[in-house]
Amino acid sequence: MLELRNVGYETDDNKEILHDVNLTVQERFVAITGPNGGGKSTLAKVIAGIYQPTSGQILLDGVDITHMSITDRANLGMSYAFQQPVRFKGLRVKDLLSLAAGKNTSVTEACNYLSEVGLCARDYIDREINASLSGGELKRIEIAMVLARGTKLSIFDEPEAGIDLWSFQNLIRVFEKMYEQTRGSILIISHQERILNIADKIVVIKNGQVEKVGARSEILPALLGSADASSPACSILTDKVEGVRS
Amino acid sequence: MDAIEMNLLKEVAELDSLPVGAYNIRANGELAGRNTTANIDIVTKTDKPGIDIYIRPFTKNESVHIPVILSQTGLKDLVYNDFHIGEGADVTIIAGCGIHNCGGGNAEHDGIHTFWLAKNAKLRYVEKHYGEGDGRGKQIMNPTTIVHLAEGAEMEMETTQIAGVDDTIRKTGGDLAAGASLVVKEKIMTTGDQRAVTDFNVDLNGEGCSANIVSRSVAKDVSKQEFISHINGNCACAGHSECDAIIMDHASVIASPALTANSVDASLIHEAAIGKIAGEQLIKLMTLGLTEKEAEDQIVNGFLK
Repeated sequence: MLELRNVGYETDDNKEILHDVNLTVQERFVAITGPNGGGKSTLAKVIAGIYQPTSGQILLDGVDITHMSITDRANLGMSYAFQQPVRFKGLRVKDLLSLAAGKNTSVTEACNYLSEVGLCARDYIDREINASLSGGELKRIEIAMVLARGTKLSIFDEPEAGIDLWSFQNLIRVFEKMYEQTRGSILIISHQERILNIADKIVVIKNGQVEKVGARSEILPALLGSADASSPACSILTDKVEGVRS
Repeated sequence: MDAIEMNLLKEVAELDSLPVGAYNIRANGELAGRNTTANIDIVTKTDKPGIDIYIRPFTKNESVHIPVILSQTGLKDLVYNDFHIGEGADVTIIAGCGIHNCGGGNAEHDGIHTFWLAKNAKLRYVEKHYGEGDGRGKQIMNPTTIVHLAEGAEMEMETTQIAGVDDTIRKTGGDLAAGASLVVKEKIMTTGDQRAVTDFNVDLNGEGCSANIVSRSVAKDVSKQEFISHINGNCACAGHSECDAIIMDHASVIASPALTANSVDASLIHEAAIGKIAGEQLIKLMTLGLTEKEAEDQIVNGFLK
């Protein structure tokens, strides 16, 4: 379980980005949503150790990780998929998947991860992670790396950005399968209704603070500007998800 | 050959034992082994140090290994090697120089390699430079490579200098006839107070010929690197040069790519980029569980792969 206690973050020029954030993540899918510039990505970076909080405490399974490095947090069982994946001249898809898995992945293993995210493995495994890959391809490889890691906490910063509609359902299926394998928590920053629809818990971050937090059934209706979140389409999805869960 | 020399041979030519096919091994300025084949002849020069290598026309799928190793301190070795590749041949030449210098004097190898590729000949030339030794003396290598490509000839040159060479000035010159193509892939890493200068000068003389020069380098510590290239387009031709350098610590890198077009149909492009390792690249690899140092090594190794 991840726990944030009174976490605050100020930039070097004293601009407060996060203020007194209290949050627990122990559910299957937790979605963080809220307006642009509200502090969602900053919160994800504070959790992953990319930014050091200026106040408060972060605990992972009871261990205080507030001042731990990115590397130590990763080795404790945390994965982080960037909103904008990084390119590497010379490093191939297979190299990064091997680094993510912490061992030399076989071609079959690498192929499995790539097929999960809808890429034809044979075409990609030896490709360099350079400018020749499109934004959508990079995004899928980024997700495949989190799959290869299989950690107890996986953080995704807007995974849907750049993913086309066809693969949207696949993306949700990837999250579900990831949960089956890791039995851990998946924390997703998203604005997408279809992703919010699979969340067990929704956190709304606004002006650097937790504005609302609760079960999907409590939060989603208000977010959608309607009292009825269980519209027919939502119900179908909910049923499907419940079906997978059971 | 002793253990030190065998290790150098392994580093520069990836050889554990004598190679198959034609070879010429030069150790400490002397001939240490030679083999010729029906299609490949190797002859010692009589007027100056060095060899002539003759490859018969239409020789296919054969290779020549010509490693040079130096394990004596204070030795300065200069050789002139000429390669005559016959019409329509398709071969690989693997050269390389390894220096082990434990003494106080410098050890230096200067190779002047000239290639004549006849019509439609194809050559892959692989050259690896390696130095080691904990003495005060320096390991110095100054290779000069001149290539003359006849009509339709193709040459691909891969040069690597990753470790242990204190001082190097590598010069590469070429002239290309119609339809010929030259591809150069160079990789250099300098550490400590090493210095590396690489200087290309290519004349594109024949219709439809092309040259592509790609240099990737990493400069660490207080080392200094300089990349110079001149591509001269004298007809309808294509020329491209690319220098991509990662700079670290207190190193210094100069990139001076130059293009000269003497024909309206010459299509010439140069690209040069020098920069440090991007912070987000390090962070990404750290989120996979690597330490900062491990992340840096992965990025550098991948870049030079």
